[in-house]
Amino acid sequence: MSSQPLLNTISNGDALLLRPTGEWTAVNAAALEHLFDGIAPQLRDAKALTIDLAELQEIDTLGAWLLEKISRRAAQAGRPAELVGVADRYAGLIDQLRQVNRRKPSGAARGSLLLARLEDIGRATWGAREDLFAFLQMLGALANALLGVLRRPRSLRLTSLVYQIYRVGWQAIPIIGLITFLIGAIIAQQGIFHFRKFGAESYVVDMVGILVLRELGVLIVAIMVAGRSGSAYTAELGSMKMREEIDALSTMDLDPVEVLILPRVIALVVALPILAFLGSMAALYGGGLVAWFYGGMSPTIFIARLHEAVSVTHFEVGIIKAPFMALVIGIVACSEGLRVKGSAESLGRQTTTSVVKSIFCVIVLDGLFAVFFASIGM
Amino acid sequence: MDMPERFAIRVRDLVVGFGDQVVIDHLSLDVRRGEILGLVGASGGGKSVLMRTIIGLIPKRSGEIEVMGREADPGLGGRRRSASAWGILFQQGALFSSLTARQNVQFPLRENLTISETLMDEIATAKLEMVGLAPDDWDKFPAQLSGGMTKRVALARALALDPGIVFLDEPTSGLDPIAAGDFDVLIQTLQKTLKLTVFMVTHDLASLNTVCDRVAALADGKIVAIGPMGDLLTSDHPWVKAYFHGKRSRMLRPAKD
Repeated sequence: MSSQPLLNTISNGDALLLRPTGEWTAVNAAALEHLFDGIAPQLRDAKALTIDLAELQEIDTLGAWLLEKISRRAAQAGRPAELVGVADRYAGLIDQLRQVNRRKPSGAARGSLLLARLEDIGRATWGAREDLFAFLQMLGALANALLGVLRRPRSLRLTSLVYQIYRVGWQAIPIIGLITFLIGAIIAQQGIFHFRKFGAESYVVDMVGILVLRELGVLIVAIMVAGRSGSAYTAELGSMKMREEIDALSTMDLDPVEVLILPRVIALVVALPILAFLGSMAALYGGGLVAWFYGGMSPTIFIARLHEAVSVTHFEVGIIKAPFMALVIGIVACSEGLRVKGSAESLGRQTTTSVVKSIFCVIVLDGLFAVFFASIGM
Repeated sequence: MDMPERFAIRVRDLVVGFGDQVVIDHLSLDVRRGEILGLVGASGGGKSVLMRTIIGLIPKRSGEIEVMGREADPGLGGRRRSASAWGILFQQGALFSSLTARQNVQFPLRENLTISETLMDEIATAKLEMVGLAPDDWDKFPAQLSGGMTKRVALARALALDPGIVFLDEPTSGLDPIAAGDFDVLIQTLQKTLKLTVFMVTHDLASLNTVCDRVAALADGKIVAIGPMGDLLTSDHPWVKAYFHGKRSRMLRPAKD
């Protein structure tokens, strides 16, 4: 149906006559570019160039641009091309393409690759400093909003707070219970399997108890909450930012931190210790079940040993960390949410950053607490 | 020219509905080659549904749709071919937010043609210049572009493959009168240079008046009036009367001349 484009070349002494035929349209793009590449070297040697369009069937932007490129090449060598036989129906298009691709965007200077790498590193380092500032700023804004609420308790968004606790606390219980149950069971199973070689199976109870109550219970729960609720916070606040909802709040003389962020962060601070407690219990339950069915240790003995092995201190060490972790997760998630720019891609990037950063912070915080508790002898 | 060649789009007896609701009810419409047809209709009255059915985004219940003399089938096979047959300017632009303006225009070229990177770059730049985008805006992301520029880039993307037909969904909505006027002129110029058939859904009485060769009015799922703007102004259909002689359109009158 569509006829192949051709470019007939007629050399007349030093003069070159080009006669394009067929359909010079985007459908034949590959063939057209091939034709162009083929003619390019000949353009250098010709003294005069004429392009005769009389036999051309069809032309669109792509074809017209290639013809324009040919005449520009010729013009560069000091021999302007002459266009003859231009039909009315595409004269406008050819005229239009005379104007294009003559300008360049300003300031598109590109440095060397090494410099670009160095620049990236520099920017990333500088960015880390800004992250710290953003964190401190959000902490300050939160403290400020909290003070405001303490002075006027009625300004606390109670409905929002309860709803957020419902979302990040109550609705998270099943999945967090399940995961911690499985983790407790796995630790107990591995412990029994390996301790059996030394005949020290009964110490599994000590290991599960101390590990879960002090470290793993709260850490696993905090990581899960960061992934589950932190990401949701970032995405929510980010899309509110994109749709200018946050600006709308500010113009109504409301503080977005007080209205949106404070209830969310308080909800996390309230919910995470509860979840950590429930998670620890689920893990101990899982460990106990495995000890019973896999290790042959009856529940009575398990509970008795647990009673001996762990003290309230272990539980305290674990649970004290929870609200601090919640605060870190909340602040990171909310400040990343507010940094979302207009595009969908930015929302995705900020949500990823939020989760990665809050998990990193939670683990670093856990390490700092370990050092702290060790030095005060808890 | 022979008869079917005269029409870019032929719609016969089209029925489209969702559930119990029939939105397009035995509608017939011809769009001539090389004309700018404006489609008006009540908000929620099925204008966008009609456009989306023609381009195959919504399945039809019955009827025939022919685009450029070929049956447009919204089945799996039909979609691919149409990429170069028509370009669509969506109401919000629908630019890919992770690509720059230039990359947005290059996208259809990259997906449909096998040409070198340099040529692709030059074609994309040519299109952006044809729609009047300043060089400094070529490498901006959609979030950094104003409403008018977004529409221009979207139009450049719609024209990337030099389609015969462009569908414009409310091209001037959300633009100030100056920008809207400029956009109207742009559509007219491009229509002349590229020999386009333009199917335009719009509420902008000014663009109906200045740009469109013919105007079709959609009411109760049918085309109730079609013809040059003058014919529609004298139409007897109550809805058409209300539309063109309502309070708001009268407000425009004195300002126009």
